[in-house]
Amino acid sequence: MRLSGRNLKCVRGGREVFAGLDLSATAGEALAVTGPNGAGKTSLLRVLAGLLVPAEGMVALDGGDAELSLPEQAHYLGHRDALKPALSVAENLSFWREFLGGETEDAGRCLAAVALDHAAHLPAAYLSAGQRRRLSIARLLSVRRPVWLLDEPTSALDAAGQALFVGLMRDHLASGGLIVAATHLPLGIDARDLRMGGAA
Amino acid sequence: MSALAALIRRDIRIALRVGGGALIGVLFFLTVTVLMPFAVGPDLALLSRLGPAILWLGALLASLLTLDRLFAADHEDGSLDLIVMSRTPLELACAAKALAHWIAAGLPLIIATPVLGLLLNLDGTATLAVAATLLAGTPALTFTGMIGAALAVTLHRGGLLLAVLVLPLSIPVLIFGVAASQAAISGPLLFGTPFSILCALSLASLVIGPFAAAASLRHGLD
Repeated sequence: MRLSGRNLKCVRGGREVFAGLDLSATAGEALAVTGPNGAGKTSLLRVLAGLLVPAEGMVALDGGDAELSLPEQAHYLGHRDALKPALSVAENLSFWREFLGGETEDAGRCLAAVALDHAAHLPAAYLSAGQRRRLSIARLLSVRRPVWLLDEPTSALDAAGQALFVGLMRDHLASGGLIVAATHLPLGIDARDLRMGGAA
Repeated sequence: MSALAALIRRDIRIALRVGGGALIGVLFFLTVTVLMPFAVGPDLALLSRLGPAILWLGALLASLLTLDRLFAADHEDGSLDLIVMSRTPLELACAAKALAHWIAAGLPLIIATPVLGLLLNLDGTATLAVAATLLAGTPALTFTGMIGAALAVTLHRGGLLLAVLVLPLSIPVLIFGVAASQAAISGPLLFGTPFSILCALSLASLVIGPFAAAASLRHGLD
């Protein structure tokens, strides 16, 4: 499986964020997107996730499920957690598990994997920022998707949480997954660096 | 299919929890209807003549009240991104969200109608007629309102814009809803004629609404 982007150009609000960008990653490989604030890391991830239409260029996933598009085979972990404060931790997770569909993993096991099983019945409104992040990470585990698009995945996580997430990323890569992560901090796994230029 | 069921279940559950919109709509409907007799005065004949119109206006405003959060809440917390990316077609997801909104916010209004009819001096047949027209007409309000909600999704205070966008579209529904109720109460028209048009409006909006909302969501996301 191979994710590739060719000659990508992204324009936001009439301003060119990046242009002529090429990238590629194969199964079992992680790509760390780095660069200063405003370099277009989030925009690039959103282009890959199909949430932004690139002004030029194209994105392709070869060797995946031919019936499905790239966004349908990808997990997107953005700045926003996609959690409903009125629902409990377990309800939030099981909603995404059922809604996203496909190959699913037991919800209780996923919560245990991010050390949130003790808070399963707590409304998500009472979670700390780090716990919210852990719950979002549990969503990545609950449904199998080969491509993970991560935007600052370790922000708000404590040291133990970061170590835990490094382990989860390793497992994902070992099972033939593929990661593209925008980050300021070292990811903690072997990753190819994609350096994005400074603000134009 | 289970994905859509999960989405409907989640939205209804959120609407019924603390801070959800289900009860707010009914309370607003109650308040508007209770205020009317005070404004119009204690003339019973006048009240029962205005009754269907008052109930319809109250239901229309109450159903708009929580509609602006239909997509805005999901947009703010990032859920909408995941819904757009998912394997469920966005049109069906929109339809599921509108259906959930109608069940949580529209259906309680119809259930409350017989009680509120008492306040407006409407007899049994009249309240039944109003409830029937609301049952047939409120889906049209929700499904056309959804288009406005999708257009205003990225605006932080889109509620007022939504009302301006959606209220003109709901004029036909209001006309035929009230006409059918009046026909059942006093004639001389047949109840069936305006009621059929009301059903047709609902069915047409059931088809157009999800496609228009999905198209505007796809273009509006940034």
